[in-house]
Amino acid sequence: MTLWLLILIPILAAPFAWMGQQWSRHTPPLIAIGALSVDVLLALFLWNQGPSVQISGHGFWLVESHVSWIPRWGISLHLGLDGLSLILILLTAFIGVVATIASWTDIQSRVGLFHCNVLLALGGVIGVFLAIDLFLFFFFWEVMLVPMYLLIIIWGHAQRRHASFKFFLFTQAGSLVLLVAIVTLAFLHQEATGRLSFDYADLMELTLSSEMARWLMLAFLIGFLVKLPAPPFHTWLPDTYAEAPTGATIILAGILAKTGAYGLLRFTIPLFSEAMSELAPIAMGLGVVGILYAALLACAQTDIKRLVAYSSISHMGFILLGAFAGTELAMQGVVMQMVAHGLSTGGLFLLAGALEERYHTREMGHMGGLWSVMPRLATMTLFFACASLGLPGLANFIGEFLVLFGSYATQPIMVILASLGMVMAAIYSLGMMQRTFFGPVRDSRMTPDLSNMAFGTVLVIAVLQIWLGLYPKAILTTTKPVMEQLVQAAVASANPIHSRAESLLSSRSVTSQGTIP
Amino acid sequence: MLKLLWLIPVLPLTGFLVLALCGDRLSRRQIAWVGCGSVGAAAVTTALVAADFFRTFPDREFYQQTLWNWINTSGMTVGISWYLDALSLLMVAVITGIGFLIHLYSAEYMAHDDGYARFFAYMNLFVAAMLTLVLADNLLLLYLGWEGVGLCSYLLIGFWYREPEYGTAAQKAFIVTRIGDTALAIGLFILFTQFTNLSIQQVQNLAVEAWPVGSNLAMIVALLFLIGAVGKSAQLPLQVWLPDAMAGPTPVSALIHAATMVTAGVYLIARMHHLFALAPMVQEVIAVLGLVTLLLAASSALVQQDIKRVLAYSTMSQIGYMFLALGVGAWSAAMFHFLTHSCFKALLFLAAGSVIHSLHHEQNIFKMGGLRRHLPWTFWTFLIGAAAMSGVPLITSGFYSKDWILWSVWSSPISHRWIWFGAVFGALLTGLYSFRLIFRVFFGEARTQPAHEPGLAMRVPLVILAFLALTVGFLEMPHTLGNVTLFSDYLSHALPTTELLTGIDESSEAREQLAVTVAALLGIGLAAFLFLPGSLFEARRSGQSTDHPSVTLLQGGWGFDRLYDRVFVRPWLSLTRNSHDRLDRGFDWLAACAESCHGWMSHTQTGHVRWYAATVAVGTLVLLGLFAM
Repeated sequence: MTLWLLILIPILAAPFAWMGQQWSRHTPPLIAIGALSVDVLLALFLWNQGPSVQISGHGFWLVESHVSWIPRWGISLHLGLDGLSLILILLTAFIGVVATIASWTDIQSRVGLFHCNVLLALGGVIGVFLAIDLFLFFFFWEVMLVPMYLLIIIWGHAQRRHASFKFFLFTQAGSLVLLVAIVTLAFLHQEATGRLSFDYADLMELTLSSEMARWLMLAFLIGFLVKLPAPPFHTWLPDTYAEAPTGATIILAGILAKTGAYGLLRFTIPLFSEAMSELAPIAMGLGVVGILYAALLACAQTDIKRLVAYSSISHMGFILLGAFAGTELAMQGVVMQMVAHGLSTGGLFLLAGALEERYHTREMGHMGGLWSVMPRLATMTLFFACASLGLPGLANFIGEFLVLFGSYATQPIMVILASLGMVMAAIYSLGMMQRTFFGPVRDSRMTPDLSNMAFGTVLVIAVLQIWLGLYPKAILTTTKPVMEQLVQAAVASANPIHSRAESLLSSRSVTSQGTIP
Repeated sequence: MLKLLWLIPVLPLTGFLVLALCGDRLSRRQIAWVGCGSVGAAAVTTALVAADFFRTFPDREFYQQTLWNWINTSGMTVGISWYLDALSLLMVAVITGIGFLIHLYSAEYMAHDDGYARFFAYMNLFVAAMLTLVLADNLLLLYLGWEGVGLCSYLLIGFWYREPEYGTAAQKAFIVTRIGDTALAIGLFILFTQFTNLSIQQVQNLAVEAWPVGSNLAMIVALLFLIGAVGKSAQLPLQVWLPDAMAGPTPVSALIHAATMVTAGVYLIARMHHLFALAPMVQEVIAVLGLVTLLLAASSALVQQDIKRVLAYSTMSQIGYMFLALGVGAWSAAMFHFLTHSCFKALLFLAAGSVIHSLHHEQNIFKMGGLRRHLPWTFWTFLIGAAAMSGVPLITSGFYSKDWILWSVWSSPISHRWIWFGAVFGALLTGLYSFRLIFRVFFGEARTQPAHEPGLAMRVPLVILAFLALTVGFLEMPHTLGNVTLFSDYLSHALPTTELLTGIDESSEAREQLAVTVAALLGIGLAAFLFLPGSLFEARRSGQSTDHPSVTLLQGGWGFDRLYDRVFVRPWLSLTRNSHDRLDRGFDWLAACAESCHGWMSHTQTGHVRWYAATVAVGTLVLLGLFAM
């Protein structure tokens, strides 16, 4: 039931946020922050309980909830929580609060509806992280999409129509491919056992022919790569990130991109580990191409939000590289990178949005010398630029380096190429600082510095970045069992005597009893 | 007291945090107290730790302290842990000691700058990062310090951010050194993949066990580490950032050149000496790179017009000597030159700063002159620094350290005679460019009227450093002169002793030393002949212009900037000129296709019932026909 609460709190709070508009302009954001804070606390409570919590099920998940929904088609309301989803839910709720605060002054019209959509989208995202029935997963996958579309088309900037269409078409096309693959998987299960099932555990036990596994994996891969995004499916992202209102951009970059990464880890790799060896080099290659290509384009941008958007694609390349490296270290790096990137781009987009709000332009050519005008904004941007260029001591460094350390064993050449991304990251991050905050003053208007609330928020993100950069154990120990099983499952599939599901099940039950050596 | 080790990097870090978070609420006096105090406290802690360390020293060669497990997952165990041994203690002492003097000097030098708190915050962070680098027990923590140093140099070089050129110089420094850092990172990936270990000591032990001397992997890793070191230490081919780094305030240059940053590469190679010993070819590369850099930089220093650029090239050249020493396996000699160089280079920069300060930020040496009488303190300290750098025999520290290096080059089994000749010629050039500076700046007639001598906070560091520049050399004196081996005995607990060719006796050492001494004095004499106002040659030459192409080439640091501009910067800029995503074209084309299709289809919607009826009929017939078949 706790898991349903996590999803339902934001969704049920959504209409109240809408109605709250009639009381005051500040009621809807306050309701949103309240609901999300409850979620954060709930997730923290579950985190604190650790592996000892076990509500129902057979020890497969730390917390599980299973209610039948459409038994005829083998669809059930099946939620499960493990270390990975727990961390991502915490991130989601936290970034949600950040996005709300970033919209405090940015959103002037229809404040209630805005926050209603934010809450609905976040509820969908949390559902995505919890659903372990593939039909239910797809349901939440679509739930988060529609409010995001509305956020962009109603509150976006000048080119919002183009951007929101592009966003919708790309993600919807990806979803379609995904849906076909999910349904095929369910029918294959029927063929094998005589019973339709969309359940994760059932589908895990399915043995696929290598031909079939390859095609289905490709379909899952495409579905998730669009969201991640990775080239060549990334072109919706810069348009969307630049045109969406700041709050929506923070959600898109900080959280929605992570659903793609989550899909890779949760579904693509374990379900089709037969095809891993064939597709992994391609996926990793795409990751490296993403890192370098997007970094190159980031260097070419003059629009600050587009620059951050391309840097974001570049960072997601590390996730793709690490997820398919097949080593536990790289996978742990992927988790770290997901969290770190959520925090760093969340912060960067908040600051870029603040700049845009003050200067009504995103062109860095019109800025310059702003350090003396807005020292707080400048200092914090410097901090997040450092995070984004992978400065050790901050969380992004841990993510990137664990991925690179972990992947070197399997793909040394790719890792060396990916490392070049570090030099490029320095070029675009410092170039951004130079063009906006350093140099001669171009625009002598006096503008207010970051408000106390926004400053406090980015400061909290910065502290989290430092904390995770110096003490990543907090996250790594939570997700270690999950990643261990993923790797074991992959190894087991290479060895057909041992079924994947069996190894997953056995190791999970060990986890839930908390007896890992 | 050893337990206080962790405080040494943490104290400057605390200073940074205080200044960064509430610097704008503190008065200038308080800022100076926090900024200098934190580094001073670190220096005092170093003294306490050192005292405790020496109580048990030769028996216990190192002390380790782990604060917490940084990363501990999936086979990777890396701690936030410190490692103190003879080598790192030497580094820490220099960084905190000299660092403190530079901070003290800055308190007065920067007194009227707007960014007083920001300046001290960056400086403190710089010291903290460098201390982390040298105290790190594992390579990942070392890398943290390594990158931190790079960041701080970026921030301080671009400290006066309103000038776009300074920003360019800062970015150049960061990006060029980051190329080296990336190579170092790849080296770490290889080491970790091979040994699943990143502890500096353990990984080297494992490497010595697993890799035979000269094996491919050892060569590759050593080469990658060398590229990292070359980037930070401004040696060929990544030396281009250092001359431009003069954009920062003068105390920053002193800190970068004497106590932090450029010495990091020397430290890295000394720290990883077991690894480099496995790759003799790479060691040869180090020696040759060092030699070439020291000659190129010394020749460039001869023709610079900016007092700070002369000193910048001189640093490259002196670090070249250290690399040369490392390359021939004279580890301790390299570290000794590091020690003496820290003293005299900090002194030179601070004295130069005092000149610049009193001339209202005039840096062109052709607009200076005659300052000897107006700025006696500055003159005498600068003179001592220049003498130490040139290696004036017997009384200066530079003589003893340079002599040790050259003697090692002469007598090392892995060196060549021509390397020695090159290095001795470098010593001649050193004397020449050092005293060119002295004669141009302090002799002759005054071209710019100086203000006053610096105050106490600037004078005290100058005097202390001048004293050190004269005396630290006495820690190690050659066989022929007193035979003091305090320094080499001390470092022998961390670094292997230098191998010497067999059959070399004291008389050949004396002859070698005589040659070095003559070279240095010849350089100084030549400088007096060429540049001392009133000398014959100077008078004859003064009317001539200096835009001969060879001079221009030397002034530009042998044209590396132009070469890199052609080969790297311009292609990169043309690559990033177009901000449009080419991959988007395909999707645009798809969208255009869909649009034209729907435009074409919409033509069928005419509004004529007859047309609709006809299409329905034809459609039905076609369908029926298909079914019938």
